[in-house]
Amino acid sequence: MKVLSRLYVALILLFLYAPVAVMIFFSFNSGSSVWVFSGFSLDWYNGLFHDETLMEALKHTVIIAFLSAIISTVIGTAAAVGILAFRKRVSKKMMMSATNIPMMNADIVTGISLMLLFIFFGKLLGLKESLGFITVLIAHITFNLPYVILSVMPKLKQTDPNLAEAALDLGCTPVKAFFKVVLPSISSGIFTGAIMAFTLSLDDFVISYFTCGHYQTLPIVIYNMTKKTVTPDVYALSTLIFIVVFVLLVLYNVIQNKSDKRRGVR
Amino acid sequence: MKRKSFGSRLVASPYIVWAAIFIIVPLLIMVYFAFTDQSGSFTLANISMIGKYKKAFGLSILYAACATVITLLLAYPMAYCMTKMKISSQRMILVIVMLPMWMNFLIRTYSWITILANTGLINTFLQKIGLNPVQLINTPGAVILGMVYDFIPYMILPIYTVMSKIDNSLLEAASDLGSNSFSKLRRVILPLSLPGVISGITMVFVPSVSTFYISQKLGGNKTLLIGDAIEFLFNHGPDYYNVASALSLVLMAMILICMAIMNRFTDSDEGGVII
Amino acid sequence: MKKLLVLVLSIIILTMPLSGCEGGYEYFELELLGEYTKELAGTQLNVYNWGEYISDGNYDLMNVNKEFEKLTGIKVNYTTFESNETMYSQLKSGGVSYDIVIPSDYMIERLIKEKMLKKIDTGALSNYKLIDDSYKGLYFDKTEEYSVPFNVGMVGIIYNTKHIKDIEHSWNVLWDSKYKNMSLNFNNPRDAFMTAQMLLGQDLNSTNKSDWDKAAKLLKKQKANLQSYVMDEVYGKMETGEASVAPYYAGDFLTMYETNEDLAFFYPEEGTNIFVDSICIPDSSQNYEAALIYINFLLEPQVALHNAEYIGYASPNTAVINNEEYYYYGNEILYPKQEDMPTVQYYHDIDEEIRKYYEELWLDIKLY
Repeated sequence: MKVLSRLYVALILLFLYAPVAVMIFFSFNSGSSVWVFSGFSLDWYNGLFHDETLMEALKHTVIIAFLSAIISTVIGTAAAVGILAFRKRVSKKMMMSATNIPMMNADIVTGISLMLLFIFFGKLLGLKESLGFITVLIAHITFNLPYVILSVMPKLKQTDPNLAEAALDLGCTPVKAFFKVVLPSISSGIFTGAIMAFTLSLDDFVISYFTCGHYQTLPIVIYNMTKKTVTPDVYALSTLIFIVVFVLLVLYNVIQNKSDKRRGVR
Repeated sequence: MKRKSFGSRLVASPYIVWAAIFIIVPLLIMVYFAFTDQSGSFTLANISMIGKYKKAFGLSILYAACATVITLLLAYPMAYCMTKMKISSQRMILVIVMLPMWMNFLIRTYSWITILANTGLINTFLQKIGLNPVQLINTPGAVILGMVYDFIPYMILPIYTVMSKIDNSLLEAASDLGSNSFSKLRRVILPLSLPGVISGITMVFVPSVSTFYISQKLGGNKTLLIGDAIEFLFNHGPDYYNVASALSLVLMAMILICMAIMNRFTDSDEGGVII
Repeated sequence: MKKLLVLVLSIIILTMPLSGCEGGYEYFELELLGEYTKELAGTQLNVYNWGEYISDGNYDLMNVNKEFEKLTGIKVNYTTFESNETMYSQLKSGGVSYDIVIPSDYMIERLIKEKMLKKIDTGALSNYKLIDDSYKGLYFDKTEEYSVPFNVGMVGIIYNTKHIKDIEHSWNVLWDSKYKNMSLNFNNPRDAFMTAQMLLGQDLNSTNKSDWDKAAKLLKKQKANLQSYVMDEVYGKMETGEASVAPYYAGDFLTMYETNEDLAFFYPEEGTNIFVDSICIPDSSQNYEAALIYINFLLEPQVALHNAEYIGYASPNTAVINNEEYYYYGNEILYPKQEDMPTVQYYHDIDEEIRKYYEELWLDIKLY
C-alpha cells in the first residue's frame, strides 16, 4: 500500500513537471528552436539580460506584485476588522458577498468589466489613454483583496475579544490595543494573505491583458511572444524564475521544519 | 452594557468604497452595455445572441466539466496519499505541487506543444520504436489536458488542507467500531473532506470554463470556447462591446448559478475558498 | 512578518540587477541622409507594429529602435499586434495611445474614414522622396496625406518539399484531403476568406452577402482538413515540418527558408492578394514631432535596408530596391518580373454591414 501510494504521488509529480522539464531542457538549446535540440549552450541566458523588453516587463511585474500585495494587505486587513465589527448580520453578509465576486467570477469577466470602467472614466476625463500603470495596479489590488480578507478573517474570529477589551480597560487607545494585542495574533493570516496576493499578482495574465495598456507585465509579453515564434529565451527566463522560487521555498521549508523541531511539533 | 470594540466599523470604509467603485460599478457598466445598442438605447438583441453561441457555451461547459472530473479523480488520491506521509515530506511535496504555480502558466501550457506535436516528443518516440504517430495536438483531448494540467494544484491544495485537519482519533474510533478501510473512507474521510472538494471544484471549473489561452494554443484555434468568442469580439473594436458584454454577463450568471448549486452542499456561510 | 520581508526582498534583490543590465548589442555606424538632433530626448514614442516586423538586432543586422534611441534620446516603447483588427480595436477603445502604427491598406482607408489619423506633412520628411512613385497616392490615401509606405507584399503558398513532391499551383491544395491535418490557414477572417474567395473567383471586396456565404461554406468544408488556424505560429510549424502546407505572406517564406531549405513557395494561379503596409500617426498621438522623426529614420537607406533584409518583405524604398548589395536584390518572389506577376487584388474597406456580416460568418466557421 505504501509503495503504491508513493508511486502514485510520483506519477502525479511527473505529470506536473514534464512540461517544466521540457522547458528547462530547451532553455539550453544552442539553436533558436523549442522543438529541435541542436546542442548545449548558455547563449539564451546570456542574451536574456540584454533583452530589454523582457527585463522591463519583469520589473513591471515585480513592482505591480509588490505594491498590490502591500496595498491590498493593508486595506484588506482593515476591512476584515471592520466587517467583523458590523452589528447587523445582513450588512455583514452583503459585504462578504461583494467580496466574493472577484474571486468567484471568471477572470475574463473581471478584466473586461474593469476595462470598461477605466475606459468610461478615461472618456469622462478626456484622457488620450485611460489604461496604464495605475489601472493594472487597481485591477490587481481588486482581485487580491478577497484573498487577503478571507485569510485574515478566520484568524480574527479565533482571537479572544476579551483580550482587546482588557487592553482597552487597562487604558490602551483602540489603535494601540489593535497593534499591541490583535495584530500579533492575526499576523500569520496577514502573512498568508500577503503571500497569496503577491503570487496571484505575479501570475495574473487575463486581467492584466485587458487593463495594462502600455504597462506590459511579464505574462503579457510572454503571451505576445507565444503568438509568434517562441525562442528559448522565454524558457531561460522561466527557468531562472523557477530556480529562484525553488530555492526560496526550500529555504523557507527548512527554516520552518527546524523551528517546528525546536518547538517539539511532530 | 455597550460592548466596547477595538475595531470600529469605520476602518472598513476604504474597502467599502473600493468595492463599490471597482467591483460593483464595473459590473453595472457591463450590464448597461449588455442591454443597450451602440446608440445607447435599450435592447435585448445582445442577450438573444446567446442562441448563436450556444455551441460555444456547451463546449466550454463540457470541456470544463470533463477537466474538473478528471482533476478531481487525480487530485483526491494524491491529497490522500500526501496526508499519509511524514509531516516533513508532506510539506516538501506541498512545496513541489505549488511550485509550478509561481511559473507562468502560458509557458507551461506552451511547452505541452513540444510534447504533443506531430513532430513532438511523444510522436518521435513512437516512431523510433516503430509505431504509428498519433494525433495528439489540436484535439479536444489536448485542450482538456491543458486545463487539467494548469489547474490541478488548485484541486490538490484545498482537499489536502481539509484532509490533513481530520482528527486521527475519529479514524481510530471508526476502526474500533469495526469499520474497514473502505467504509472508513466512505463514511468518515469523504464527508469530512467535502468542503475541500467543493472548493477545489470551484477553483478548477471557473478558470476552465472561461479560458481562452489553452484552447488557442492546444486546440489549434479550431475550437471556439466562450472565452475565445469574448476575446475575439473585444479584439474587433468597440462595435462589439455590447455583444461581448452580454456574453460575459451570461457566463458570469452561469458560473454564479453553478456556484450556488455547489454551495448547497456545504454549510459554510462564508462561501469562501480554502487554501 | 519577517519571513515575508526576507522573501520579497530576496526576490527583488535577485531580479533588480538584471533589469539594470545594458549592452550586449554593438551599435552600427550610421550613415544618415537626414538631420537628427537630441531636442526631444527624454520623451517617449509609442510604436505599435505587426509582430516580426522590424529589425531587432538578430542576424547581425541593426536593432532599429535602439539605434533610434541612441541617435535622438527618444525612448521607444515598442509593442506588436497580430491583426489589423486588433490594432484597430486598441486604437478605437481609447485605452491606449500610440504615436506610430503600421496597418495595411484597407485598414488605413477605414482609419481615415473614421478620422482616426493625423495628417503627415510629407514635405517635412527629407527621405520621403526615396519612396517609389508607384506606391504613392494609392487608393486608400490618394492625396498622400496620411500614410508613408513601409512594406509591400503578396500572399502565396508555402509547402515542404520533403512531404510534398508535386503540388498543384492552386488554392485548392488547402482543401486537398492528401494534406489532411497537415495544412494550415490564416487565423484572421479577411485573409482566411481570401483563400476561398480566390478559389471561387470572387471579388475580394464583394458587397454581395451571398458571395460571402458561399466562401464561408467552402471554409467550413476546409476546416475538417486543417491542422490549425495560425498567424505567426506558422514559423515554428513550417520550419519544423509539423505542417506541410500553409498560405502566408511571401516575405515570411523567405525568412523561414533561411531556417529550413526544404520549404518552397508559389503564387496560386487563381491570383492572390497584394497589400501595402504603411506608417501612420494616430489621432491620439501625444508625441507628433518624435513620430515624424521616427518615420524619416525608417526611410533612411541604411535603416530601410536592414529592415528589408530582416523582415524579408518587398520594400517600396528605391534606395533599397536599387541597391545591388541588398540580400534580396532582384529576388523573383518579392519583385516578380512583369510577365511573372500573378493577378492581384487589394483589400478595400468594406462597409460596416458587410464587414460585420463576414466577421459573424467567421465565428460561425469557428463554431462549426
